[in-house]
Amino acid sequence: MTLVQAPQPARVASAQPETAAAAAGAPAWGRASQPLTLEQARTLPQALWARGTGPDRHRPALRHKEFGIWNEVTWEQYLEHVRWTAQGLLALGTQPGETVAVIADNIPEWYYMELAAQAIGAVVAGIYQSSVAREVAYGVHATGAVLVLAEDQEQVDKLLEVRDQIPGVRRVIYQDPRGMRRYRDDPWFLSFAELVELGKEHERRHPGRVDRLVAEGDPDAVCLMCFSSGTTDLPKPVMLTHRNVLSMGRQFTAIEGFRPGDDYLSFLPLAWMGEQMMAVATGMVAGFTVNCPEEVETIEHDLREIGPHLIFSPPRVWEAHMRQIRVKMEDSTWLKRQVFRWGLNVGLKVADLRFAGKPVPLGLKLLNRFFHYSLYRLIQDRFGFLRLRKAYTAGAALGPDVFRFFHAIGVNLKQGYGQTETSGIFCVHRDGDIKFETVGTPFPGVEVKVSEQGEILVKGDIVCKGYYRREDATQKAFTDGWLHTGDAGYIDPDGHLVIIDRLQDVMRTQAGEVFSPQFIENKLKFSHYIKEAVVFGDGLPYVAALINIDAATVGKWAEDRRLSYTTYLDLSQKPEVARLIWDEVARVNAWLKPEHRIRRFALLYKLLDADDEELTRTGKVRRNLIAQRYRPLFEALYDGRSEVPVRTTMHYQDGRVAELEVRVAIQSLTGEEAPHGLPVAAIG
Amino acid sequence: MPHQLEVTGLNLAFGGLRALVDVNLYVDAGELVAIIGPNGAGKTSLINCINGFYRPQGGAILLEGRNITRLPPHAIAALGIARAFQNVELFRGMTVLENLTLARHLHLRYGIAHALAYYGRARAEEAANRRFVEEILDFMELEPYRHKVVGTLAYGIQKRVEMARALCLEPKILLLDEPMAGMTVAEKEDMARFIMDVNEERGTSIVLIEHDLNVVMDLSNRVYVLNFGQVIASGPPHQVARDPRVIEAYLGQEQAGDGA
Repeated sequence: MTLVQAPQPARVASAQPETAAAAAGAPAWGRASQPLTLEQARTLPQALWARGTGPDRHRPALRHKEFGIWNEVTWEQYLEHVRWTAQGLLALGTQPGETVAVIADNIPEWYYMELAAQAIGAVVAGIYQSSVAREVAYGVHATGAVLVLAEDQEQVDKLLEVRDQIPGVRRVIYQDPRGMRRYRDDPWFLSFAELVELGKEHERRHPGRVDRLVAEGDPDAVCLMCFSSGTTDLPKPVMLTHRNVLSMGRQFTAIEGFRPGDDYLSFLPLAWMGEQMMAVATGMVAGFTVNCPEEVETIEHDLREIGPHLIFSPPRVWEAHMRQIRVKMEDSTWLKRQVFRWGLNVGLKVADLRFAGKPVPLGLKLLNRFFHYSLYRLIQDRFGFLRLRKAYTAGAALGPDVFRFFHAIGVNLKQGYGQTETSGIFCVHRDGDIKFETVGTPFPGVEVKVSEQGEILVKGDIVCKGYYRREDATQKAFTDGWLHTGDAGYIDPDGHLVIIDRLQDVMRTQAGEVFSPQFIENKLKFSHYIKEAVVFGDGLPYVAALINIDAATVGKWAEDRRLSYTTYLDLSQKPEVARLIWDEVARVNAWLKPEHRIRRFALLYKLLDADDEELTRTGKVRRNLIAQRYRPLFEALYDGRSEVPVRTTMHYQDGRVAELEVRVAIQSLTGEEAPHGLPVAAIG
Repeated sequence: MPHQLEVTGLNLAFGGLRALVDVNLYVDAGELVAIIGPNGAGKTSLINCINGFYRPQGGAILLEGRNITRLPPHAIAALGIARAFQNVELFRGMTVLENLTLARHLHLRYGIAHALAYYGRARAEEAANRRFVEEILDFMELEPYRHKVVGTLAYGIQKRVEMARALCLEPKILLLDEPMAGMTVAEKEDMARFIMDVNEERGTSIVLIEHDLNVVMDLSNRVYVLNFGQVIASGPPHQVARDPRVIEAYLGQEQAGDGA
């Protein structure tokens, strides 16, 4: 079978010699391998102009897979697209300070629209692609958007559904014309191609207008709005300036040494600050190539084809990777399982020694080398990690087991910390100084202190201007220029920042014992049989939990024991499964102070889901909502019953709805017991 | 101006069983025409006649005015009638990409000398064909399955591949034989959208056999109702749905239970 073009690694590899040359300080690329300085770029569009007209202009800035081929966009072409798009926005009468909202997957047009809006002094605001119509209406309304870029008919239909609630939106620009023919007569809509045509025409009549606006750009103007993650109330739009994000990008690049020729796969939503921070701000400063996946469903495959040098994923993705490796290994042959166990043990020993800063004995070093080629590289290859230099996690705590696992197989996984309000990140583990209970040390130029209440406060160029149209919230968030992060934590003797929990989420039991429910939840979730956990105990006599089992791993476990089950509901209520989870909970209890131990728990009969608002879009549990929704279960955790009947509605795939009653068992622990027998879950 | 496809006085019998009796039917360019009817009414037989699998004993089938009644299936395919089968008919051991590329065979023009040397025309045509296949992959949203072996895919996806394969022939008329049979509600919705998009965006005429009346009402421009091999009603869907003969023949039977 002949391909139009060879599968990509060949093409990507062509960037390699340049990378090597840059690393060796070869003069050919000279300044190109340098990150942009403050003089070159005070705003994001200025950064693009510097790259697009400088020595890097023929290097790939973006790559997008379409029709099976990775198409490259050089910095020069990137700039050109942005110039036309910006002229198009001017032609539509867009004013400085107005907002353009974007609802799209990570496609090049997202980037063009963002930089174009910023180039003419407007603001870009991302809305999560998975939002339902009501959330889209809120997002558009809260950011005051006058234009919306919607990727396709699916997103356009959401806007149509809430059209009467968003009168401020003058035009909707769609990227994918498919299925849009029915809306063609509606002047509300405009295709991206038409916008670019408008822009080209406008450029002919007003040549150089965008370039002038870019040159005059104000570094302290708001350029981007991202929503705060909003575990407690509605998400608030955070206003970030060019200075904020570029300062973050510069520090991050200086510390981590990103460079042109590096590849980055942009697969997390650009509406999220974490992706903005990597793919736009840092990408622009460092000059690395941002790759856009073909479809959301092909990310895994695209990751392997690109083989990125740096990757940024939330903990759940790392946990999923580890779980996947473990499940696959359990399915594998006996010999392979043994090699995996042995190799992983060697890797873990070496990783632990390195974490402790101790030397690795020669024998172990050689063994590690052996497994590097015979095992670790093979696993890395599965995920497209062969060229990976730096891997990051942020957003929530990552289990020590996951950390050790990835370091054991040679992935340089590091934790970062920051929030939307601080341009995404201001603390990161430095290479060779990794402590998994911390989030690393702060960036230079960022002041961090801990308030008397134990709250982490931050000051610096990276800190946002405030919340859009939310003076009240802005006032609450700042004191004398210090941003209240809302996180409780402390700085350890080595200067590492340690996060305990959200300040407001720290709870007290009836007896006044302070504990962090999230901390306990995370400990529970480190078990790969447990998918989600919700811990209660605020003002209550003891700590208790509702637990979601992991359908894949528990399902596999049940199959291995010839335990038949039908649905998730059925599996979750098997007494054998309860026993399995009971052991896991007992193991976690052994790690906790006696007052913090889980006394009672129940297994939820349904997976917690962001669509049902039980989780936030970033995957955090909404404790109070869950307590209310599962009221009978929650009450039974504290009233001593051993079983509770619950009515629930099931939505079948074919659209039928059935109501059924489930008897959910409540499990009790005294807090003193040891788990039954050897750890079932233990591998290596 | 002749109809794009015209069937006149079609008669088909298997021994003493008359599968089709004096069937008349036409399809205009860009139309979406549905054929409904109870099981054994002759729907699939009709389609089999159109694409040359069966040779009718009487009547004529005209494609753009040309008589194609006696042509073999491959010749009819080359003239622009493609078909997706009720039971997926793909090479199960080959990947999605290979199945679709194979369907482009019809459009290859280069000779064996070019093929052996793989230069000039062969190279250019292969590239153009791959590009076309990729467009179909994109159109049917099959990118995640590009390199997956067809036999390993879920049934609903296989149905999509089946339709994609038919589209790779670049047909003027696409015959779809129960494209949604055995699918979940969500899969049916997806498939309905694909059918509409093929019809609207690519301008392909579609002849659709379908059991699900809701689907037929929503999608089609015109409906033919077959019963015991005869067309008992035809016209716009809502008019046909009110026809007492249709209600008796089709809906009456459905109430008694409907196996695919």
